[in-house]
Amino acid sequence: MFGRTTISVRGIGHHTVDAVWRLGYASRFLGLTLGHSGACLRRFRLVIREIYYAGVLSLIIILVSGLFVGMVLGFQGYHTLQTYGSESALGILVALSLVRELGPVISALLFASRAGSAMTAEIGLMKATEQLSAMEMMAVDPIARVIAPRFWAGVISMPLLAAMFSAMGVFGGYLVGVVLIGVDEGSFWSQMQAAVDVREDVLNGIIKSFVFGIAVTWIALFEGYDAPPTAEGVSGATTRTVVTSSLVILGLDFLLTAFMFRGV
Amino acid sequence: MASENLIEIRKVTFGYGRKPVLKDIEMKIPRGKVVSIMGISGSGKTTILRLVGGVLRAQRGEVIVDGKNIDELDRDGIYRLRRRMGMLFQFGALFTDLSVFDNVAFQLREHTDLPETMIRDLVYMKLHAVGLRGAHRLMPSELSGGMARRVALARAVALDPALIMYDEPFTGLDPISLGVIGNLIRKLNEALGATSIVVTHDVQETLGLVDYVYYLSEGVIVAEGTPDEMRENAEPLVRQFVYGEADGPVAFQYPAVEYGKDLRLH
Amino acid sequence: MERATLDLWVGLFVMAGIGAVLVLALKVGNLSTFSVGDSYAIYAHFDNVGGLKPRAPIKSAGVVVGRVADIQFDNERFTARVGMTMDNRYRFPRDTTASILTSGLLGEQYIGLDGGGDSVMLKEGETLKLTQSAVVLEKMISQFLYNKAAEGGPSK
Repeated sequence: MFGRTTISVRGIGHHTVDAVWRLGYASRFLGLTLGHSGACLRRFRLVIREIYYAGVLSLIIILVSGLFVGMVLGFQGYHTLQTYGSESALGILVALSLVRELGPVISALLFASRAGSAMTAEIGLMKATEQLSAMEMMAVDPIARVIAPRFWAGVISMPLLAAMFSAMGVFGGYLVGVVLIGVDEGSFWSQMQAAVDVREDVLNGIIKSFVFGIAVTWIALFEGYDAPPTAEGVSGATTRTVVTSSLVILGLDFLLTAFMFRGV
Repeated sequence: MASENLIEIRKVTFGYGRKPVLKDIEMKIPRGKVVSIMGISGSGKTTILRLVGGVLRAQRGEVIVDGKNIDELDRDGIYRLRRRMGMLFQFGALFTDLSVFDNVAFQLREHTDLPETMIRDLVYMKLHAVGLRGAHRLMPSELSGGMARRVALARAVALDPALIMYDEPFTGLDPISLGVIGNLIRKLNEALGATSIVVTHDVQETLGLVDYVYYLSEGVIVAEGTPDEMRENAEPLVRQFVYGEADGPVAFQYPAVEYGKDLRLH
Repeated sequence: MERATLDLWVGLFVMAGIGAVLVLALKVGNLSTFSVGDSYAIYAHFDNVGGLKPRAPIKSAGVVVGRVADIQFDNERFTARVGMTMDNRYRFPRDTTASILTSGLLGEQYIGLDGGGDSVMLKEGETLKLTQSAVVLEKMISQFLYNKAAEGGPSK
């Protein structure tokens, strides 16, 4: 009995040390990536190529999800607001929830599972098939050539995707609220415009998605780079990317929201 | 600099963690020769390549490449040295997101400022040497194993290296591709005036190809000599390896308790 | 060949993203009221601001002419000092009255401005003299009851 307790306590200690170790390694990895960014920003073509894979290929899922989330908000918002006779505030509800919260958060979650997992799998596979070692042997630093362009592509793509998600969502809310249910179009837009502030709401939403972009891309690239070079290792790392980045997105969202909208 | 050996490995010891992989290795690889390092899986052959490439550092002893001690070089020094090395990885390790052409052009684009027309000519020359000029548009996923290996070889020699390292170049190839790769190793070495190290456990193919053989077992060099000397070698470890015997010094049975005990005959 | 199409897609992607940001800024939000360049600040003291919050609209004749920038407590006069960011296009006389009003019965509170007759216009940093505080429901009800009681008293 006593022995088993000791073992489990030792296990906890071991896991903690391991987690701290990984965090330190991940931080050094981020530092190296940032340090090697100069070369890839000079050769911007590499980044453009990765924006295609991270951003353009995530476009469909982002736009379709945005439209549906906006349409659902239109329905639900209308039914709730109708109770208080203030269905003209539907525009405010749809726009504020999208621009402040749902846009950055849901698009980041989708980005993590679409582009983040693909990045992890790709880097993990490059490692498993010795492509990274081969690059190293050709005197080319894989961090500068492979990791850094993907990092910047993710960081650039994320806010653009989030903005498209929100814009699409507002359009979805408009479709349901104004076109389908028949809320007055003028009050839908004007109330929205009166309530949504460019700096407080739109800009803060973009800052949020920028932070999420850094977090998701960092996690995805690190998991791929750190993956054991086997098939199981890569698939495990892909799962971890989605789980870790989802948790980190939600945690960061709480912190950022508390920070940004505290005074309002 | 004028030493006749391109690579000298002196009393090198290396281990991952506490597990020793190489013990007191002594090796000399003369310029212009094709030298093979043989041994069963896990005998530490690939580790030697990594030490020569500067990926790993010896815990004791010295690795001298072209007159320079690898241990004393900084990162830039090692990168400069690596530009003069080419390496063929076990399964080619072609960059899956680049076409055959771009794979071969990779180092030329990364390390030189050559105009695109000159890069094109050089790439076609290298691809022609391995017989795959016509495949320059294909992606690595469209190549057979043997073709991928040949493209990887063209990529490894893109900068006309002084040293070419082969990590298990014959693994998983059909007999024709095997013959092709074997020929290319010899031909390229002569055409480029390079030195080659072939790490392999493919005995028959290799013995007909190389100038000198080191036989490695459990991190120790147990035999060395020309291919003919290896065939004649009386050392039981080497005999078992060269003639592929199932049982011998390397036991067929994994260490276990006495057979009878497991069957409860007592 | 393949590269050119890829560049085209990325170009379209970036344009669509920037387009979405512009839509959010211009169509969903209201960019014009908050650009620093074309606004001026004025102040007003209120005995009670009620539920007024920063960023609440400032309206005159029902038109949004500015926004509440900040609300602070003035520890010398024991009143609330409200800073207002006004749209540069709209100018008000110095004897303008600021009152805290409520949109609808339970809606949000805003500041209403009623222009006076002075010929001198308010300038950056000036303070409004005439203000009317927020209506506090409890005070209103107790006043109503008090008046009722005062009315009904003598007749009994």
